[in-house]
Amino acid sequence: MANMCPYGHFTHAVVRGIPETFGKKAGDSQENGEVSVDLAKAQRQFGCLTGALRQKVGLQLIEIPPDPELPESWKIEDVAVIHGDTALITRPFKQQRQSEVEAVRRVMSELNLTVVEMDREQGDSVGATLEGSDILFTGREFFVGISSHTNRRGAEVLADTFRDFAVSTVPVCDGARLKNICSMGGPNTIIFSNSDGAKKTLRCWLGARRLCVMLDVRVCLQMMEQLTDHHYDVLTVPEESAANCIYIKGPSKRDFLLHRPADECPDSVSAFQKLQDYTLLPTACSEASKLGASLSSLCLLVNRKHTYF
Amino acid sequence: MTTEAGSETEVKEKAEESAAEPDQSEKATEDSQEVANAEVEEKEKAKVKEKEEKEGKGISRYLPTWLKKQKSQSQTSPTKEAPPTEEPVSKVTQEEEGPAPEVNGHAEEVEEKEEVKSEQVKEKEAETHSNASADTEPAKEEKVEESAEKSPEETKETAEGEGAEEETKEKEGAVEAEEEAGEGQTSIFQSPLRLVRKNKMKLVVCHVTLLDGTDFTCEVEKRAKGQYLFFKVCEHLNLLEKDYFGLAYQDNHDQKCWLDPTKEIKRQIRSNNWQFAFNVKFYPPDPSLLTEDITRYLLCLQLREDVASGRLPCSFVTHALLGSYTLQAEIGDYEPDQPRPLDFISQLTFAPNQNKEMEEKILELYKSHRGMTPAQADTQFLENAKKLSMYGVDLHHAKDSEGVDIMLGVCANGLLVYKDRLRINRFAWPKILKISYKRNNFYIKIRPGETEQFESTVGFKLQNHRAAKRLWKVCVENHSFFRLNAPEPPTKARFLTLGSKFRYSGRTQAQTRMASSLIDRPAPSFERTSSKRISRSLDGAPMISITEAGRESAENGREPHLELHSDSKVTVVDVSPGDAEAMPSQHSPGSSELGPPQDHDKTQEEVLKHQASISQLKRSFMEAPPPSPPQPNQWEKRLTSSPATIRLQQQQVVSVPQTEAATADNTISDTKEPAKTTEVEIEETVVVQEISRAPKPGLITVAASPPAAPSAEQEMREQEVKVQEEAVVVEEAKPRKEESISSESESEEEAEYHPYLPVSISHTQIPEEKEEEEEQEKQEEDKTAELQVLASDASSLPAEVIQPAEETSREVEESRKEDDTETEKTTNAEEEKEVERETEESTDDPMVTPDEAPNGLTLPEEGVTVMDAQAEEEEEPKMNGEPSLIEAEPLPQVICCSEPPVVKTEMVTISDTFAAQKTEIATKEVPIVHTETKTITYEAAQLDGNGDGEPGVLMTAQTITSESLCTTTTTHITKTLKGGLSETRIEKRIVITGDCDIDHDQALAQAIKEAKEQHPDMSVTRVVVHKETELAEED
Repeated sequence: MANMCPYGHFTHAVVRGIPETFGKKAGDSQENGEVSVDLAKAQRQFGCLTGALRQKVGLQLIEIPPDPELPESWKIEDVAVIHGDTALITRPFKQQRQSEVEAVRRVMSELNLTVVEMDREQGDSVGATLEGSDILFTGREFFVGISSHTNRRGAEVLADTFRDFAVSTVPVCDGARLKNICSMGGPNTIIFSNSDGAKKTLRCWLGARRLCVMLDVRVCLQMMEQLTDHHYDVLTVPEESAANCIYIKGPSKRDFLLHRPADECPDSVSAFQKLQDYTLLPTACSEASKLGASLSSLCLLVNRKHTYF
Repeated sequence: MTTEAGSETEVKEKAEESAAEPDQSEKATEDSQEVANAEVEEKEKAKVKEKEEKEGKGISRYLPTWLKKQKSQSQTSPTKEAPPTEEPVSKVTQEEEGPAPEVNGHAEEVEEKEEVKSEQVKEKEAETHSNASADTEPAKEEKVEESAEKSPEETKETAEGEGAEEETKEKEGAVEAEEEAGEGQTSIFQSPLRLVRKNKMKLVVCHVTLLDGTDFTCEVEKRAKGQYLFFKVCEHLNLLEKDYFGLAYQDNHDQKCWLDPTKEIKRQIRSNNWQFAFNVKFYPPDPSLLTEDITRYLLCLQLREDVASGRLPCSFVTHALLGSYTLQAEIGDYEPDQPRPLDFISQLTFAPNQNKEMEEKILELYKSHRGMTPAQADTQFLENAKKLSMYGVDLHHAKDSEGVDIMLGVCANGLLVYKDRLRINRFAWPKILKISYKRNNFYIKIRPGETEQFESTVGFKLQNHRAAKRLWKVCVENHSFFRLNAPEPPTKARFLTLGSKFRYSGRTQAQTRMASSLIDRPAPSFERTSSKRISRSLDGAPMISITEAGRESAENGREPHLELHSDSKVTVVDVSPGDAEAMPSQHSPGSSELGPPQDHDKTQEEVLKHQASISQLKRSFMEAPPPSPPQPNQWEKRLTSSPATIRLQQQQVVSVPQTEAATADNTISDTKEPAKTTEVEIEETVVVQEISRAPKPGLITVAASPPAAPSAEQEMREQEVKVQEEAVVVEEAKPRKEESISSESESEEEAEYHPYLPVSISHTQIPEEKEEEEEQEKQEEDKTAELQVLASDASSLPAEVIQPAEETSREVEESRKEDDTETEKTTNAEEEKEVERETEESTDDPMVTPDEAPNGLTLPEEGVTVMDAQAEEEEEPKMNGEPSLIEAEPLPQVICCSEPPVVKTEMVTISDTFAAQKTEIATKEVPIVHTETKTITYEAAQLDGNGDGEPGVLMTAQTITSESLCTTTTTHITKTLKGGLSETRIEKRIVITGDCDIDHDQALAQAIKEAKEQHPDMSVTRVVVHKETELAEED
């Protein structure tokens, strides 16, 4: 349909700087106790990422200045879901994060995107939460990880916003986020982690029975395979951290893949090299990943040259 | 031509009427019949039947089961008719060839057969036929007519050497059959006007709401079946690709139900509300594969309505885009000087929540479509609509086992489970083993996944039992339509004494695509503005004239249909099954199609190209004058006398009591299990009713390129399927009998449906075995556990396994070649690619040429050779396919006929050989078998050209047998590690062996489809079809 085109064409990237409060989670700081993050390093890594997006890939970069009041605002992926000329402003799970959306909403409007608010219909979306890091958009359909941060209501709002697409839910649990275990690696390729060691437990539905089973990542993949009408190539990587990449078919029509560098996922780099004719851009993300984020968390990708036909 | 045909028809009809009058037996029949059954109807019936018989297998596969059913009831005659047919056939052919040398026409026979108007031509033929054959077999025609009172004729026929069971068949429900056939057939083939005129039945007025919102009113007789009304509507619409559509009615509970074509309307609607809606029943997944614009237009109308009503949800942008295409299609280019265009746009409904903003967007997009023709706009509309996630999904309210409200969506791919708008589960058809309902519960049994041990059953609660049954029916129909090659016959009582016998009765998508690829009429003219909403705003643009146009042309005799018929007369040749076998030239062109199902995953372009070239091929075949049919009688005798005709190494002889013949399918599916131990490439045959019937040992060999085959092949990365078929002429003995099953007896309470049971040759039938299997083989029966050599490093083993086979086949081939040389006939046929000439020769020769006797003489030796080859290593006679395989060049996305589409060779099928050997037939009687060999290579693009393919690993070999068909699949998997990417190349050799009346195309298509399903992540890059059809001749 109108909105359907191969995944990966982007013209703009929206990022938000790393505040000094980086590492302090919004609201409850207790769960963050053990994690020590290097702010300067995080900012350096952020700079590398934005530099790669701008100079290597050739995207127009829009950087929203950091806000110390919003320590997690750099995880900008969570606050909007963009496809075509529609931007759904999400409602993050944590109350404290919900004010992050304002700046993003402004940028979306400036980009002439049709901004859709999650709470436009109060009745429907009461209690709905949705975060972008639980959403995998493949160009043909959405997968929504029903996680601790994203609930079914939220997914319904997403489905209602992007009506052309199938929106399938993939239950995820134990704090995992869908985008942590998979991401797009090409117009038709999903990168999936196959980490035996870190068997992320996922809660899956079996059949239509609500059987909650603890299963590893591969089941999630199977689940997605079962749910989809399409066929995707699956690139499996041995490390979980490597599963989150950013694929962009830049204005130059070349395939770019931003992935974690070899020192962050030594075993997986060879897998990326299988991708032929790709320009691989190793991009460090060690600090952000300590906070449960990953490469894709740091940017929103927009295609303003979207054509409908 | 057409005009001629028209008038001729009239005359002949009359002639026949008068001729028939004095017929004693017919009068007798009439007496016994209801008075209401006018004599004319009787005759029509007879004609229809006869016609059908003549059409035989060639056509029967395109006919929906409800037609087949009726035909099979009258099936008695084909064999009997066979001898006499010969003469008239050739006559007809000549007749045809003379005035109508239209090239294209020949391809059409399939579609036109079910055409309402075709009956005239056919009648004519029937006429010719009966006249011509009158002397030889006077009883023939009457027999058909009076199946009700069997006795005298039957004896006669039996005396003529017919299988006894056929009479039995006929007797079974003869009366009912008669009636049914009468009604059904007439409704299809007879002009409704005539029927109405002559019928004294009570008439009822039906109102059918068409997709453009107009009302179509017609009178039907009170006891008419659904199909009658449906066909009338289609006729009114001038619609040929009708299988995607259906008539819906509201039941007493205001639920939308589909009118069952096989049942009486009156019994379905259960109220006196004869109000129907013509709707799309099966949304084609790829509308661009539809043949005619008019079909696409109707689909557009349906979708516009779906979109506007919100049944098909879409986003703002999509609404706008679809709306803009609608405007372009309906009112043409945007006129800038048109005053206030928004006014009329806002009068139209494009979306459930249409607003000014959307209308502006629609207008904006509409302006950009300037220059687009209506047909293009429709196509664009469909291209966008088909991608919508809810396209073609039929939603049903249900609750899951925990009582949570969900929606079940039935679509082409399977069953979708939605909670609100979210898809929470999906059961693809291949995952579903059984669909059933009981009371208000609806169950699906799921094939175990990789991680699961056992199959599981998932239950849903529907509102009530009606809803459950409705959902079940929709599932059965959708599964059948989209997944099967041919509709499954209704379950037999043997299996289920309780429960609904409902089965989908129409044509499947595969069939309808096949049929519609043969449509060759000038695009019918139709007016698009008939859309109500639009016409309203357009100053009542006339509500046009589909009907009028159609009628006019009909009166002029210029009606496209008529042309079809006249051309199609050639087809008539294979009307009777016996004939059909005798005419491989007709058979093979059809089978040369790789079959629509394969299209599922192909890009449109490929498919279109493919179809185009295939239909060309087909045409070239059709042009060739059909050979005169053989004389099956002697054949029959021989075959019946020698059970040894069963040539296959493994035979499963299933003796089915004749009364149970109807359950043949089921029986066979049962017997498959024991067969599982089959070895690679053994061909098996299930013989049903072995006594009275020789198995028809048509042998299709789908030989996938063996890994051992030369490197040229190995460049083809993924799969190769090479099909060889041989259809051996045996006298017609149709193993499948179908009783006239009235589905009326179905229980409201429960029913089940096994998606894969009898008809399809799908591998899913034996799920229990699955656990042992490899991932890739999910859907295959692992009959060959021993043969599964799973060595990841390309072992030479498979090569070894295969190589001998190859060699033998070469031997066979060579020997045959020698023989050919002797026969002087087609010596070089294999090497030279003179398609046309060959075709003609091969078709002509059997009748004309005197060298047949020599050919006949060579037969035994050939046969021996073949036999040996088989004995050595069960190798399918690969004949000409071999070289073609090797030669096949990697032309991307091109179907290359690496050999002449028809290579005429001479060869004896093994079965024949057996027959010849065992019965020691005098040389004269040795059948001459003309083999038509054809190899078609289909390749997809992007073969990455490293031909380093190791010999693969032999993964599995399996044989699946159904009643008339045997499929042997050998799978080789080659894994290559290349730049870190592992590349898997799977080569499947599928040998399809079957009777003449199996549908080779479909078998192949099915095989390909299944191959795809087994390896969904892979693509088919090359398909080599090698087929051999044999034609026996006796002099």
